[in-house]
Amino acid sequence: MKKDDTLIKIRDLTVTYHTRQGLVSAVDHISFNVKRGEILGLVGESGCGKSTMGKALMRMIPPPATITAEEYLFDGMDVMSFNDDQLRDFRGRRISMIFQDPLTSLNPVQRVDEHIMEAIQVHEKKTTTSNALRRAKKLIGRLGIKEDRLASYPHQLSGGMRQRVMIGLGLVLNASLIVADEATTSLDVIVEAKLVDQLREIRDEFGVAILAISHNIALVAQLADRVAVMYAGHLVEMGQASEVFHDPLHPYTRGLMKSVPNIKVDELVELYKMGGEPPNLAHPPEGCRFHPRCPNAMPICGQIQPWITQKSSGHVVECWLYQDDLPKDGMQE
Amino acid sequence: MNTPKQIPDDNLVVIKGLKKWFPVQKDMLDQLIAGHTDYVRAVDGVTLDIHRGECFGLAGESGSGKSTIGRLVIGLETPTEGSINFDGIDFSKLKPEELRKLRRRMQVIFQDPMASLNPRLSLGDAVIEGLQIHYPEKKKEHRDMVLSIFEKVGLVPATYFFNKYPHQISGGQRQRVVIARALVTCPDLVLADEPIAMADVSVRALLLDLMVQLKKEFNLTYLFITHDLATAKYICDRIGVLYLGRMAEQGDLREVYTHPLHPYTHALLAAVPVPDPNLRRTETMPEGEIPNPINPPSGCRFHPRCPIVEAVCSKEEPELRELRPGHFAACHFAERYL
Repeated sequence: MKKDDTLIKIRDLTVTYHTRQGLVSAVDHISFNVKRGEILGLVGESGCGKSTMGKALMRMIPPPATITAEEYLFDGMDVMSFNDDQLRDFRGRRISMIFQDPLTSLNPVQRVDEHIMEAIQVHEKKTTTSNALRRAKKLIGRLGIKEDRLASYPHQLSGGMRQRVMIGLGLVLNASLIVADEATTSLDVIVEAKLVDQLREIRDEFGVAILAISHNIALVAQLADRVAVMYAGHLVEMGQASEVFHDPLHPYTRGLMKSVPNIKVDELVELYKMGGEPPNLAHPPEGCRFHPRCPNAMPICGQIQPWITQKSSGHVVECWLYQDDLPKDGMQE
Repeated sequence: MNTPKQIPDDNLVVIKGLKKWFPVQKDMLDQLIAGHTDYVRAVDGVTLDIHRGECFGLAGESGSGKSTIGRLVIGLETPTEGSINFDGIDFSKLKPEELRKLRRRMQVIFQDPMASLNPRLSLGDAVIEGLQIHYPEKKKEHRDMVLSIFEKVGLVPATYFFNKYPHQISGGQRQRVVIARALVTCPDLVLADEPIAMADVSVRALLLDLMVQLKKEFNLTYLFITHDLATAKYICDRIGVLYLGRMAEQGDLREVYTHPLHPYTHALLAAVPVPDPNLRRTETMPEGEIPNPINPPSGCRFHPRCPIVEAVCSKEEPELRELRPGHFAACHFAERYL
């Protein structure tokens, strides 16, 4: 990968929450890159740490929880070294986030134009109101919302429109990355499908990278260029969408792909039934965190945690099955 | 355990011209101030039969009225108009006491098991409650009946789960308790309202499989309400697609999925994401979102969003017509899809 392509470079990102049951690493030593203008899908089941991951990218992890990283470069800047002022500028201007329910993210007593103008004027203090309004109008048109909607309040908009306003708040300052955490989940299926199209169009038009966090694997298949799979705080597999879906490597990904209902399959293939449930992260299993549920578990899996290895170009996996270079027999003793 | 059934006819539930309108201005004062009463036409003239032993799916987007129909069928709401027959018995003619007795034969599974279970009742006590109400005479057998149903739904060892509380078990196990509670009174009809929508993918497949198994074992009939057409495919025999309180299309699931006869069903099926990055949707989606059910569009309710709309659509409401054997659609131009 050329250096210019890389928007985000993360090495060993760890987020630790303090709970009554002890320390919980919701994100445990994760390393990955995000390229400029790509749509990266992040999938996993509830509690796997995918939302924490999204927040960690914005450094929105309130104490006493801690966030550490060997390296977190955003467009070459060292995000971990930012002070509060730099962080505030970073959030909103460079990276923006949209959540599942836009109605709780938007201010109910503020009109759409006020939202957008506020976003501009908070970050670019010198912008005049008329100038900000002009930019708001231009932006809203590009998002496929009629200009007269600028005077509407959030409750007067449909669900899909609200979500587009949220996206607009990120785009108005030319953010390089939008973190979309379950952004389509509360929408009906037809509106959701349209938003998927729009997210791809927005990426093409604005060149913004999108991190699409979702539990809906089928949706990510429709949206993402690359896909990352998380399990119990670990990034277990990552690669081009077609590789991860058609040639999944990790036993968890394989099981996951076979348990997603597919409306297009004509003959009724039975859904795969994965045994067990994700572990409690306060007491994660020794070794690989998936080994108690893994159909391919070997003795070593319960002893030593595997690390991420490259299987083919751009397709990485964290599983002992693929670490050929290691003396498996020797390590079992 | 299950009482043998006489089979007078094939239909367990017969619904005719069902309507449920909810007043927007609820109390007298509001009505006086407004000068009139608006109604949310949640269900607005639905006719359908549920055959014995089948799984009938009701699909639609939010606000289509699918959950309201479910609540009407088990008598949690009274219809504004129309009739519901359960096993030949007309609901509207029942005294409250008789309706309560009939309830034993219809049970319900909702979406959120944490909200369905009392946090202060142990799982065993939660399930025993139904038996205490409907089978007080079998008091001595209650515990054994619960233990046996726990085993059937995969909560083993049953004695371990009997004394646990809802917060002590996982989400998938909680939904199993809710299923056990529904089945312990030996119902004929189970209303499942988005029963697996909350569960994670890996747990979903297990719950679906469990529901299919139990249906066979207990000779159940399901009314399965879902917004997820992909999931419906794995459990439903027939399906009804609702749009704004009206049935748009109804028929054998396989038939509806392979040869949809209503433009709305076409759009809905195309919108379902396919878990394959090489099969990306190319169809364009209809404009707009579901309109307000207080003032539904005139004529065909789908006409403002319909890709094949013509002048007649805004004037005349299409009837649900049988276009193939057992396959109904409410569209003036459904023949085009034949």
